[in-house]
Amino acid sequence: MSGKFVRAAAGLAMAASSAVAQAAYQLNLQEPASHIGERVHDLHTIILVICLAIFIGVFGVLGYSLYAHRKSKGHVAAQFHENTTVEVLWTVIPFVILVLMAWPATTTLLAMRDTTQPDITIKVTGYQWKWGYDYLKGDGEGISFLSNLATPHNQIYEQAPKGENYLLEVDNPLVVPVGRKIRVLTTGNDVIHAWYVPALAVKQDANPGFIRDAWFRADREGTYRGQCAELCGKDHAFMPIVVEVVSQEKYAAWVGEQKKKMAALAEDPNKTWDLAALAERGEKVYQANCVACHQPNGKGQPPAFPALSGSKLVNGPKADQIGLVLNGKQGTAMASFKQLSDVELAAVITYTRNSWANKTGEAVLPAEVTAARK
Amino acid sequence: MSAVLDTHGQHDEHAHHPSGIMRWVTTTNHKDIGTMYLWFSFTMFIVGGIMALVIRTELFAPGMQIVDPDRFNAMTTYHGLIMVFGAIMPAFVGFANWLIPMQIGAPDMAFPRMNNLSFWLLPPAALLLIAAQFVPGGGAGVGWTMYAPLTVQAPMSMDLTIFAVHILGMSSIMGSINIITTIFNMRAPGMGMMRIPLFCWTWVITAFLLIAVMPVLAGAVTMTLTDRHFGTAFFNAAGGGDPVLYQHIFWFFGHPEVYIIAIPAFGVISQIIPAFSRKPLFGYTSMVYATASIAVLSFLVWAHHMYTVGMPVEAQLYFMYATVLIAVPTGVKVFNWVATIWRGSLTFETPMLFALGFLFLFTMGGFTGLVLSIVPIDVQLHDTYYVVAHFHYVMVAGALFSAFGGIYFWLPKWTGRMYNETLGKWHFWLSFIFFNVTFFVQHFLGLAGMPRRIPDYSLQFAEFNVISSIGAWGFGLAQILFLYIVVSTIRSGKPAEQRQWEGADSLEWTHLPSPPPYHSFETPPVLR
Repeated sequence: MSGKFVRAAAGLAMAASSAVAQAAYQLNLQEPASHIGERVHDLHTIILVICLAIFIGVFGVLGYSLYAHRKSKGHVAAQFHENTTVEVLWTVIPFVILVLMAWPATTTLLAMRDTTQPDITIKVTGYQWKWGYDYLKGDGEGISFLSNLATPHNQIYEQAPKGENYLLEVDNPLVVPVGRKIRVLTTGNDVIHAWYVPALAVKQDANPGFIRDAWFRADREGTYRGQCAELCGKDHAFMPIVVEVVSQEKYAAWVGEQKKKMAALAEDPNKTWDLAALAERGEKVYQANCVACHQPNGKGQPPAFPALSGSKLVNGPKADQIGLVLNGKQGTAMASFKQLSDVELAAVITYTRNSWANKTGEAVLPAEVTAARK
Repeated sequence: MSAVLDTHGQHDEHAHHPSGIMRWVTTTNHKDIGTMYLWFSFTMFIVGGIMALVIRTELFAPGMQIVDPDRFNAMTTYHGLIMVFGAIMPAFVGFANWLIPMQIGAPDMAFPRMNNLSFWLLPPAALLLIAAQFVPGGGAGVGWTMYAPLTVQAPMSMDLTIFAVHILGMSSIMGSINIITTIFNMRAPGMGMMRIPLFCWTWVITAFLLIAVMPVLAGAVTMTLTDRHFGTAFFNAAGGGDPVLYQHIFWFFGHPEVYIIAIPAFGVISQIIPAFSRKPLFGYTSMVYATASIAVLSFLVWAHHMYTVGMPVEAQLYFMYATVLIAVPTGVKVFNWVATIWRGSLTFETPMLFALGFLFLFTMGGFTGLVLSIVPIDVQLHDTYYVVAHFHYVMVAGALFSAFGGIYFWLPKWTGRMYNETLGKWHFWLSFIFFNVTFFVQHFLGLAGMPRRIPDYSLQFAEFNVISSIGAWGFGLAQILFLYIVVSTIRSGKPAEQRQWEGADSLEWTHLPSPPPYHSFETPPVLR
């Protein structure tokens, strides 16, 4: 009997502790994983304590007055309505407190914005709705990939139980070495996004047409998760950020692996493709890049996201469709996809021209995309 | 002030006006127009509130349940626009219309016909905002701040929204011209500028803010319109523009807008607190100066809404210092109210409860504002639920609570009937408790990193979102009680006295009966 009870209690305790692991009812900033993060955390604590002290002071006085100066207790109102001394004091004292607060805020800010002398520089591009990472300088230079939400559609629409990292998991996380200064250059491809990783105390808007920067140096290995923080349209909630901070050795191994992968991926543009092979490859590209707007059935979500199935453009001359996919369409949600490779573009265009109600029977070859780029 | 009654005003036969619907369409009477503003504002409050409940219901649990992401974004956008431009701003214009002529001893507003026009511009604007939900593509999911270049992609509802903003701006500018002219030129003899009730002063300052910034907003949305349809590139880098330019222009409007909402609320509170403390307002002069300096400072701090756009660190430092400076005059106001209460003779009728609720919650919003003004902390909290919590403490607890307090305070004057005190207190406590249940927990969500404007969220945010959604429904339902109280007061409330609150000493209480005649102060009151 008591054994059962103990087991039940242990089970409850385990359930409770796993809830803690998921940080339910978390009351404060996420545990910082960088020095700047710690300084921000401390700064917040200082300001909060100052506010709390003022709060207790002001509302202590108010509370006493509300209790002691009630008419029902027979209190008669005094008729004073001015007191220069008090008025000067309660202007000057807050001013002094504010100056005291501004000091640590200034030093923290200056440290936070000092992006000089990074070990690794990574360009982060916000797309509707995914992130692109290009390692520009330092170890891993040349690595480049896109990072998409990995949570399956059926979890979002309540057709499957939600995983532990629901909406905070991606296919290709950003990988960086621990203890190195990582400079992040942000830009946007279409609209404004914001790259936000709470534990690393980084949030930087990604403005289309401009480059802005931020930096972090992770103190601990681990996986840090964040999200896009600037409303960027329909799937704003569905473009998370995952940063894997690994040891120097693991990072070197990862870089080697990526380089190999990229070499394998650098498909020979002279390889001859047939329609079936292109369409098969294209379906994968479509799933990764197009499906959010144009939908798995190609019917889109008119009028913002037009249908591809039966579309005049998709069933018309190849050159028009290649041009649209390469350059996007000004004033609509259709972005430029020129960041994809020629093979990927050729494949996805071929796929859309031969799927659903579209039966052109034509293949678009990578060489045609190469030509159109020029 | 003397207690001489204006006997001329008591003859209702002076009130020649059409009856039925035409009375309201053609009226130039400040009291009729004030009433229409207030009912319009309440209607919009319900519409915006329903949108808020759609948002909170979708956020009750992780996963997508009741709306798709586009519709969700549209709900957050129009909830904000409707509450700011449709509910809160017209509410205080309604107070201004009703009270300013009576408080300064004027017969009506300076430009009665323009007053009629500035009200009747509002319903078409509201219809545009509502119609935007039903055009192809649905409402524009761009946020109430309407940041470019997302707005350039948005469906045609964006154009309806832009025109609605234009019309609302025209209405506000006309209303402001009217208010300034009325207060400057139509005061009764002896009613000097430093003698008018503080509510009038707050409206003078607000009206100047409105005239200064509404054209700026109109400019920003017009640039968006031409970017969308006429090939300009104000906000498009490829054409030599800059998307961040929009944010600078918007917030040059947007920050003063915060005070456009808050300052008349300060005015209402500065009438209520002395009345129930039975003691004059502490530091009238310093209140006027503090309000004016808040207004001036509000033009100098706009970029604190944009700390993460990537401006130079020097600019961040400047905006941080300027922003924390606002805490000084705001603090002065709070201290003045506390000093007014100090050693008064206090009673706690519903208006006073709302005023105290305002004082408590607005101060909380002020503290979180101070936290957000510090750049390194704001970088963590910008665009998270912490910001959502912060501005709802300022807007709902600040402006809305003060509007509720004002309604309870002046309803006996306006209708000549007294509301039910017990029900009024219920309304206060339900609103106060559910407001905190809804929004207090959002501070924690924001600190933990939940971005705002997302229809779905990860599992660690689930618990607080449940609490917040329950609070929102409670808060929404409590407002049905408010409607009931107001309607039953108008229909069957007990007759109110001329000076229903013994501590109230402005002209509408000392010189006019409850309800006041249709045309009051046709001859100016005699003031000593």
